Amino acid sequence: MKKTECVAMLLAGGQGSRLGVLTQRIAKPAVPYGGKYRIIDFPLSNCINSGIDTVGVLTQYQPLELNDYIGSGKPWDLDRSNGGVHVLPPFQRSKGADWYKGTANAIYQNITFIERYNPEYVLILSGDHIYKMDYAKMIKQHKEAGADCTIAVLEVPMEEASRFGIMNCNEDGSIYEFEEKPKKPKSNMASMGIYVFSWKKLKYYLEQDESNPKSSNDFGKNVIPSMLSASEKMQAFHFNDYWKDVGTIDSLWEANLDLLNPKIELDLQDPNWRIYSRTPSAPPQYIGKTAKVQNSLITEGCEVYGKVDFSILFENVYIEEGAQVNDSIIMPGARICSGASVQYAIVAENAIISKNAKVGERPENTSNLQKWGVSVIGAGLTIGENAEIHANVMVTQNIEAGEKL
Amino acid sequence: MINNLVLGIIFPNVHDDLLSEMTANRSMGSVPFGGRYRLIDFSLSNLVNAGISKVGVIAKSNYQSLMDHLSSGKPWDLDRKKGGLFILPPYGNGEARVYTGHIDALQGAMNFINNSTEQYVVMCDANVVSNFDMEAMIDSHIKTGADVTIAYKRGKLPKNHRDIMSFQFDENSRVTEILLSNKIEKDCDFSLDITIIERNMLIHLIEEASSRNQTNMVRDIFQPNVKNLKIYGWEVKNFAAVMDSTKSYVNVTEELLKNPTARKQLFTSERPVLTKTRDDMPTKYGLSCDVSDSLIADGCIIEGTVKSSVLFRGVRVSAGAIVENCIVMQDCIIGKNAHINHVTTDKNVVINEGTSMCGAPSYPVFIKKGTNV
Repeated sequence: MKKTECVAMLLAGGQGSRLGVLTQRIAKPAVPYGGKYRIIDFPLSNCINSGIDTVGVLTQYQPLELNDYIGSGKPWDLDRSNGGVHVLPPFQRSKGADWYKGTANAIYQNITFIERYNPEYVLILSGDHIYKMDYAKMIKQHKEAGADCTIAVLEVPMEEASRFGIMNCNEDGSIYEFEEKPKKPKSNMASMGIYVFSWKKLKYYLEQDESNPKSSNDFGKNVIPSMLSASEKMQAFHFNDYWKDVGTIDSLWEANLDLLNPKIELDLQDPNWRIYSRTPSAPPQYIGKTAKVQNSLITEGCEVYGKVDFSILFENVYIEEGAQVNDSIIMPGARICSGASVQYAIVAENAIISKNAKVGERPENTSNLQKWGVSVIGAGLTIGENAEIHANVMVTQNIEAGEKL
Repeated sequence: MINNLVLGIIFPNVHDDLLSEMTANRSMGSVPFGGRYRLIDFSLSNLVNAGISKVGVIAKSNYQSLMDHLSSGKPWDLDRKKGGLFILPPYGNGEARVYTGHIDALQGAMNFINNSTEQYVVMCDANVVSNFDMEAMIDSHIKTGADVTIAYKRGKLPKNHRDIMSFQFDENSRVTEILLSNKIEKDCDFSLDITIIERNMLIHLIEEASSRNQTNMVRDIFQPNVKNLKIYGWEVKNFAAVMDSTKSYVNVTEELLKNPTARKQLFTSERPVLTKTRDDMPTKYGLSCDVSDSLIADGCIIEGTVKSSVLFRGVRVSAGAIVENCIVMQDCIIGKNAHINHVTTDKNVVINEGTSMCGAPSYPVFIKKGTNV
């Protein structure tokens, strides 16, 4: 078999439970983002743009939609005879079956897959971040430094550092200490959960880790610390561009609206670094005579007859005349009927907001600012006529006409 | 389901002269249309949506952009082992010449047609925009036992098209007379140049006609044989249009804006019109923009005013600019405070800051690809 220099393993099995109703039926990497993308489009597009053509996607939680979405890998040019994208769910062996117990265990269970390509390096990625990154540069640095493991790090504000896994580095960029969510951080270099390993080393440590019954089989908690304590050569790779974890409703909402902020540099239109996605064949968007659209992102298949301000509409969204959408994210196929108003909300796929219903509240209009938050309407739900959904509510079932929540 | 009975053939060049400005550097099939499509997408999608999985595209000239667009046929699921997409450029031997009509086009592709095993052939001209149930048309062709079935539309005749057929029928929709006059003022039943015929009969008719040095399928085969061949019509009740001049191209586009039913029929989700994607980001509407009654593709950045217009992918309308009643093709830039009205700009046109350009409804201005105004 032709030799593959680097295989990417994309951890996409997480539930993303903090996204609540949005990940009830789909895995977090399949959550829609940015008007026409899914979160997983970012690592997959980064891979192909970085020249990595062999990608294993490890799925576990609610994989149906994600499997469907990845399909043969066509949208990312990952439908290949040699390499390409492979979906890797947990499987049964002659001696029983195991779910993926942790991130490291997920890779451990797929050692056979990686060995088929006999790579020099393995790139570990996760499916819940929005960023554009040239992994080839990271691999190059890894090679040149002769490192055993290279970890991508991002400078975060010092006051937020205690929310992250922090890498403490020497001047030459080598890591001497890793602290998970330290109370008193010594540096502000946060791990992005992106690792390049020399495969032989990684395999050794995965096998070690697996034989330790006390281990929780996690990269951050177990594998990285044990490599550090064995004085393996660990390097930090500095990343300075836009990067956002979209693990919570608020961060997902923010990351979407970041696209409307001219000060934020996440260019999705760069012809040399396209973010590819599986797009349905929808006609151009139609903006009607009665529509008023300001400061928004709208994609193909939408029809807009109402008011849309500072919002993101995914494909095939329909905004009726007299409807109003502010500071919100409306996912594919949703419909906002006339007289309805949606503010500071995420409306999931194919939901219907009936006539004169109100969803979400402006922070300045809410009685208790402490409890204010973005409201979320789950996929396929109907909010009845004249119903009112207040701020910070997560709607998981149909709401009757006139009901208040 | 895949229909292994029918072979598709598209003529992407056959009426290039009708849209001479837009086809200066491309074939009719690759003329951009409707915000994110090329004309050939409509024929290809009709064929593919009817389950046809083998399609030959008989190219003649200027077909680089067409080949770029069609690539391996992926967007239409025509990248296949069995069947798939076949681009058939002019076949050169000592006596070969570039074709002038359907007959010599088919003659040049005779190897492809001979080596196919499908029983029927559907032939489409690329200057027709339609979206209809072609499967039903094929079923009807088989059921009536017709030799030839031709799709037609009832309405005003596209008059610049020299070879446009209009039909008279008997009570069973069999064609009794084919007229080639472009003087008919009343509504009539005119051909959409989408034709179904048995493959063996096509081979026979083409060989016979080319042995007599005939090149025009309509004048040399269909019209003289209206009594000998069982020719049936199939009415397309959905929106359908024949592009026969730059003005008609503009009018058909305007119809899509004005007429929501036409839009719904052409872009029905039952039979999506498939095209090559560019993976543009969604269109960005700026703070001061004012957009109404417009069809807009992805990848645009709009900071100015856009009214009753079609913007293709990647168009930029700068602050203060006004775009009214225009068709603006891919990646054009409309500069600050520029004003265009009744203008069609081909790809990559730049309208500089403050420039004003005005056509009239009866005389839309056309700006050539890559022009800097």
